Amino acid sequence: MSDLHQTPLYELHLELGGKMVPFAGYSMPVQYPMGVMKEHLHTRSQAGLFDVSHMGQVMLSGASWEAVAAAFETLVPMDVLGLADGRQRYGLFTNDTGGIEDDLMFARRGDDLFVVVNAACKGADIARMKAALEPEVTVTPITDRALIAVQGPTAAAAVASLDAAAADMRFMDFGTLNLDGIEVWASRSGYTGEDGFEISVADAEAETLARRLLALDGVEAIGLGARDSLRLEAGLCLYGNDIDAQTNPVEASLTWAIQKVRRKGGDREGGYPGADAVQKAFEGGVARKRVGLAPQGRAPMREGTQLYDAEDGGRLVGSVTSGSFGPTLGGPVAMGYVGDEYASVDTALWGEVRGKRLPVRVAKLPFVAANFKR
Amino acid sequence: MKFTEEHEWLRVEGDEITVGITIHAAEQLGDVVFVELPSEGTVVSKDDEVVVIESVKAASDILAPIDGEIIEVNSALTDNPAMVNDDPQGEAWFFKMKASDPSQMDEFMDEAAYQKFIG
Repeated sequence: MSDLHQTPLYELHLELGGKMVPFAGYSMPVQYPMGVMKEHLHTRSQAGLFDVSHMGQVMLSGASWEAVAAAFETLVPMDVLGLADGRQRYGLFTNDTGGIEDDLMFARRGDDLFVVVNAACKGADIARMKAALEPEVTVTPITDRALIAVQGPTAAAAVASLDAAAADMRFMDFGTLNLDGIEVWASRSGYTGEDGFEISVADAEAETLARRLLALDGVEAIGLGARDSLRLEAGLCLYGNDIDAQTNPVEASLTWAIQKVRRKGGDREGGYPGADAVQKAFEGGVARKRVGLAPQGRAPMREGTQLYDAEDGGRLVGSVTSGSFGPTLGGPVAMGYVGDEYASVDTALWGEVRGKRLPVRVAKLPFVAANFKR
Repeated sequence: MKFTEEHEWLRVEGDEITVGITIHAAEQLGDVVFVELPSEGTVVSKDDEVVVIESVKAASDILAPIDGEIIEVNSALTDNPAMVNDDPQGEAWFFKMKASDPSQMDEFMDEAAYQKFIG
């Protein structure tokens, strides 16, 4: 365990009573003394502070914004060139078969592109970007900055109490704030379905900033356990569970993330890894789709639960990829993949839990409506 | 009260025992959101999985501590699993069983030994 990385907030987590677990090569707090359930509910009702410093931060720069954006478009099926300065988007790295290598956030910072990727994939992502984009575009992993998310209905007021300019930012805006003397890069986004900010801050100032934020009314430290149940209720994918190298964006129900300009007939259609396969999936449909799943009883249906179209016998039609208890809903929630013909909302299925088939219905995502400041 | 290495407590009254999980176990589990109890009348062997407990994050089992028959279950837990966190060594007992061989109880720890065990 001694080879686990620590974030700049490690000592603070210990001081706050965080229960530390290995996650993607880091020692991270899965929960604090409040517990997963209360931490989750606190984030939905007030504000939670999450250490997400294990995620990869990377800056891309080149001769011009156009050069950087055009180069990045060869790796992702998103509209990058059309991104205004100070705006952020959700993106996907695809592979040659149209599978998803990682999901990410990217923001325009002047002529540069600021990219945030998953902790478990960051080595591969950086290698991929370097191989494909250098030397025209310089790919610089940022290893001296922490990342802190503040999420929840009172998050904006908390952050704005340190810099009033935060209040003027809208969902997916990105910019520089000065939080009580600490300069940070902030985006009005997150991964909980709540309004809030993700804040990139120099390692040396991270703990000071975290303490400053935690001292504000209603802001509590929240662990990875609640982060997982929050994102699941919000219908958001966990890379490695809900999307992976064998899943294409159409199967993953992520077509909303692929702007028209990159689709067939668009000005800059295709031109990313696996574009033909993704286009084929758009046109010809897919055999399976990611859907929300609402177990009808109290028993959670965990990752790997097999789904059938009948209580006895019948066909195996899919499986659960994320499943837990949704504290906001007060019942079990899940998402998974089912055959396309079973993907419409309210389709009745059965999940096999400990040898028993229990009823589950295909449900609309998200389970909990997003609370973004559009 | 006696304790097992599986973090169960057992209250013994003649050949009847009441089984629950310890405060330590409840803390380790975190927020309990689902409890599945056995049917009354089920005959079980030591180490059979008789109760399923799920927290937000994971599922775990309670094993039968000895051979015997399940004679009563605490069905209040099905509707209110959070009782397991609120009062694990009191209201939130899981089941009562009739021991086939009460001498199987001899191996279990007393409270002092259990406190040392969880150290």
